[in-house]
Amino acid sequence: MKDLFYYLIFPGFLFTGALGIFASWFDRKITARVQWRKGPPLLQPLYDLIKLLGKELILPANSSLWTFLVFPIVGLAASALASSIIWLAFLFPEKGFVGDVFVVIYLMGLPAISLIVASFASANPLASQGASREIKLLLSYELPFILAALVVLIKAQSIKLGGLIFYQAVNGLGIGSFSGAIAFIVALLCSQAKLGLVPFDMAEAETEIMAGAYIEFSGPLLAVFRLTKFMMLVAAPLFLVGLFLGNVAAGPGAFLLLILKYLAVVLLTVLIRNTNPRLRIDQAMKFFWGPVTLLAAVAVTLALFGK
Amino acid sequence: MSHKVVIPIGPYHPLQEEPEFFRLYTEGEKVVDIDIVIGYMHRGIEKLSESKHYDQTPYLVERICGICSNAHPFAYVNAMEDLAKIEVPERALYIRTIIAELERLHSHLLWLGLAGHFIGYNTVWMWSWKYREPVLDILEAITGNRQNYGMMKVGGVRRDIKEEDIPGVRKMNDDLIPVLNMFKGAVMDDPVIQARTKGVGILSKEEAVNYSVVGPTARASGLAMDVRRDDPYGVYDRVEWDVVVRKEGDIFAKLVVRVLEMYESIKIINQCLEKMPKGPIDLDLKDIPAGEGIGRVEAPRGECFHYVRSDGTNSPIRHKIRAPSYMNVPSNKVAAVGQTISDAAITLAAVDPCYCCTERTIVIDRQTERKLFNGWDLVELSRKKTEEIKGQKSG
Repeated sequence: MKDLFYYLIFPGFLFTGALGIFASWFDRKITARVQWRKGPPLLQPLYDLIKLLGKELILPANSSLWTFLVFPIVGLAASALASSIIWLAFLFPEKGFVGDVFVVIYLMGLPAISLIVASFASANPLASQGASREIKLLLSYELPFILAALVVLIKAQSIKLGGLIFYQAVNGLGIGSFSGAIAFIVALLCSQAKLGLVPFDMAEAETEIMAGAYIEFSGPLLAVFRLTKFMMLVAAPLFLVGLFLGNVAAGPGAFLLLILKYLAVVLLTVLIRNTNPRLRIDQAMKFFWGPVTLLAAVAVTLALFGK
Repeated sequence: MSHKVVIPIGPYHPLQEEPEFFRLYTEGEKVVDIDIVIGYMHRGIEKLSESKHYDQTPYLVERICGICSNAHPFAYVNAMEDLAKIEVPERALYIRTIIAELERLHSHLLWLGLAGHFIGYNTVWMWSWKYREPVLDILEAITGNRQNYGMMKVGGVRRDIKEEDIPGVRKMNDDLIPVLNMFKGAVMDDPVIQARTKGVGILSKEEAVNYSVVGPTARASGLAMDVRRDDPYGVYDRVEWDVVVRKEGDIFAKLVVRVLEMYESIKIINQCLEKMPKGPIDLDLKDIPAGEGIGRVEAPRGECFHYVRSDGTNSPIRHKIRAPSYMNVPSNKVAAVGQTISDAAITLAAVDPCYCCTERTIVIDRQTERKLFNGWDLVELSRKKTEEIKGQKSG
């Protein structure tokens, strides 16, 4: 019963959704200010969601219907679950289970996979183009992302999120060491790709393949994807905070500090997104498999030597 | 085995909001062939021109394109003056040149923004269009309009540039130089932009000649051609400026050419303002003799060509127009094939295919200086108009 509350209300579905809507507004507002625009009102992302929910759901005639309908929801459920596990680790670091770091990493991969499957199911050439780009992107950023996480795991000698946070409470932030700083940069770039933001938004690339993977989705299903994005905008930066900038969120002051750290990571993400053009998919793969993986490997090696 | 998938861009371009249809045949990410379909926008302007008298035609050709709304009338009046063998007052020539260069400035800034948007760099898009606004404001101050300036007239110009407007133009010019320097630094030196545009969508010099491309597209492929220098009109032969040429032929070269051309435009405008003589701006032309004339103008996108034949009556019996994009767009057949889809999208946009879009109205109460009509009022207004038309139809 309690777990259901955690998953559905706080800190899971409802809370993460609300925070995601705020984070999305934050992203849009900062972006607008960077671009000399005024930006949307606070609740605009929510309005967008509600409006989408009220729109007609168009089912493409040639689609594989069940796959088309179910996978968006799989992605949403996974992102909400990932977020609640991460939040619980901050709130009750002594709880949690051994290996939850890996569970979170897998869960955060699921939205991408569900997008790929759902868009292939929509039987649209542009969607399959977008999906194949998403596959390539997923393959390229997962390795350095896991390596970057490994740096912290090696340092803390723990594969529990709660353990990592305790370790940081005692030994200083994960980002504080040389290897930690490198790993943070790597993980930040990977989370940028996970979130599908410029320069790694080639799966939707509205100016090339017209929203690509999302092209056939409309109404409530598009809202589901939108909400998944909002939740990922909570989960991915928060995971980075947990790995590299963690603190136990006991008491309102510590909780506020956590939120501030989270917003700082989101801000970094937003700034990267606004100061770069979109890369080509082959360039992105070269980038992740070349310099980024190399950097991550160096960080892991340094971590093994205790730097 | 090859499995070609068709990626359509069009028939209504998702970004340029213009009907044109590129059918990309792709294998995976690679574009192996491309079909270019244009002609959705045919409005019969040439034929319409035959039913207008000579003074109405500038108004008509101005509406070929919103962005080149000075180049077309300019080329037309050049053709008419060639036909009638008349000398236009000096001051009018200077004014024409200033307007033409202001138009080039805002057009190139527009392209720079769009190019940024095409490669997903929306900050460049917004910034570029923000800095385009002062240019449009100056155009509005001088001519009364942001687009469709209505300045050209056979034998002169319709409006003088007032003395009190000149400091504003100078200030805009001076303010634009740091902005261009900023763009030069931020755009041309950005490693990621270079990665996206260098060596991409190459149009070799040979192919550029084969496809007869014009304007910045040609100049980026190493063809040093510019009507302003090769066949001077206006006062281009009386001011100092350079033709910007790059050899590479890729998108980066087109970007560099356009950015550097803006510096030249500023140079030209400043010199024109300095040298502009006092005097009449219009020759009161009464009759157009029989004959034929051609007018060429270097529009922001390349050479714009007008041919007019007159039989001595009040309207032309033939008016032929060739706009620059008509020559530039087909060159994508070589530039875009062999690229990835991502690169093809920006390559198709790199020739700066022309489109029209701008519309803006502000109604101000002069006593209180308050804006009277916001968006909703305009919607109301247009609804009222629609109701009126409906009422007329039914009544």
